[in-house]
Amino acid sequence: MDLLIAFIKIVFALVWFLVLTLYLTWLERKESAVIQDRIGANRANIFGLRIIGLFQPFADAIKMIFKEDFVPAFANKFLHTLAPFLSFFFVAITVSAIPFGDKLDIGGRSINLQVLDLNAGLLFILAMLSLGIYGIILSGWASRNRFTLLGGVRGAAQLISYEVALGLSLIGLIMVYPSLRLQEIVGFQGENLFNWLPKWGVLLQPLGFIVFFFAALAETKRVPFDLPEGESEIIGFFTEYGGLKWGLFMMTDFMEIIIISCLATTLFFGGWQVPWMGSDGFHFPWGGTWLLPHGIVVLFQLFAFNVKVIFFCWLQILIRWTYPRYRYDQLMDLGWKVLIPLSLINIVGTGIMIGILK
Amino acid sequence: MIDALGYFIETIKGAFITARHFIVNMVYHVLKVLGIKTKRKGAVTIQYPEQRKEIARRHRSLHRLMKREDGKPRCVSCMLCVTVCPSECIHVEASEDPDPEIQKVPAKFTIDLSRCCFCGFCVEACPEDAIRMDTSKVEFAEYARPDMIYDLTKLLG
Repeated sequence: MDLLIAFIKIVFALVWFLVLTLYLTWLERKESAVIQDRIGANRANIFGLRIIGLFQPFADAIKMIFKEDFVPAFANKFLHTLAPFLSFFFVAITVSAIPFGDKLDIGGRSINLQVLDLNAGLLFILAMLSLGIYGIILSGWASRNRFTLLGGVRGAAQLISYEVALGLSLIGLIMVYPSLRLQEIVGFQGENLFNWLPKWGVLLQPLGFIVFFFAALAETKRVPFDLPEGESEIIGFFTEYGGLKWGLFMMTDFMEIIIISCLATTLFFGGWQVPWMGSDGFHFPWGGTWLLPHGIVVLFQLFAFNVKVIFFCWLQILIRWTYPRYRYDQLMDLGWKVLIPLSLINIVGTGIMIGILK
Repeated sequence: MIDALGYFIETIKGAFITARHFIVNMVYHVLKVLGIKTKRKGAVTIQYPEQRKEIARRHRSLHRLMKREDGKPRCVSCMLCVTVCPSECIHVEASEDPDPEIQKVPAKFTIDLSRCCFCGFCVEACPEDAIRMDTSKVEFAEYARPDMIYDLTKLLG
């Protein structure tokens, strides 16, 4: 029975992840269009039924599946094929550590709405996101093309600049929440500051959030920091890929957006916590209570988590369609000279505040 | 450092500009879905095949040859359009006309639209006002190149 529950949880999490990824491509098209006073992709239809282009991701998928699966003659075939799967796998596996909601009590069982309740879940996600770079370096190298190799090296250099800041920005957070288990971090954010303000991570660690968000944006390798791929002009690591393998790289990008949104939500915006809602309903700070049955509460939590994640996806797409790309040296400057000192200041400041408040 | 802060503020402002575009346009889109008519639209684009922009009167579109009252082409095969055409896409072969006032009519008059650059020189050169570019037709894509060569009957319409 436990095995069955685990299986169902895995299936649900993966389906949620992949469907959100598919529709993130749709959101990207539509949002960029609305920002630029256009309408966006609305022609894909089934028997003339368009519904604002919602079938577009499926049309894309069909197109990519029927394209030629091309491997250049000079490339290392095994590694060339392995690279997209590696980068896809390492992102897809991170969803297992994301807490979607609190415990669901059904038939005397208490099901944790999280695939894997690791006690170092945060480290697991960060480690898997960093391992994703292997796919990029490998694809750049296995294509045996100078330009893709340069793209892979750029990716590696960018990763080194940002991974340090990403890790350091979260240390302040770990100092405040005395746990690395994501479910506990979320539970901790359910309390209130001064009895009315939800105790979300962003209020405790504003500087940490800013550094984290910048570094995480660089981690997704999208436009302000898209040096490894450079989809508009410079040639990136997946130049020699086409069809579904290229699609896997593209999906990896979108999945990274979702994972970054999940992380930002979980760590800094209360995860599945709804403001002022406990396990039995709302307890408003002005004294009122609104008691709800357990099922409704869980639904509320799932809904809140999804809304927050989609908001962050929206924000990242907005950023992608607002800014031009950073120049290479500017990017390095930002990483080493701005974000890392800021995150160190954050750690010291957090330490001092904890010392004073104790 | 002060400079860097200034740049940072400007980039944040940029994000607010795109966010404003998004929100304002979304409001108009939602109003349209709800069936409320507004003066402004959410998008400035024209949904082309269904919705077309009116073509200006002076727009140089597909050529046509003009006819006399009796239905014969006005063209007198003077070859001025052939001479002036920079793309060399007009081909005319003359033949004799029994009417001594006209003397010549085109036996063949073909325009290779795959070469035509729509400069309108042929229209300006024509002394008989026999060729015009005012049909307002702008869609004449074909699957094969030979279909792009328009002959006399096609041009006379």
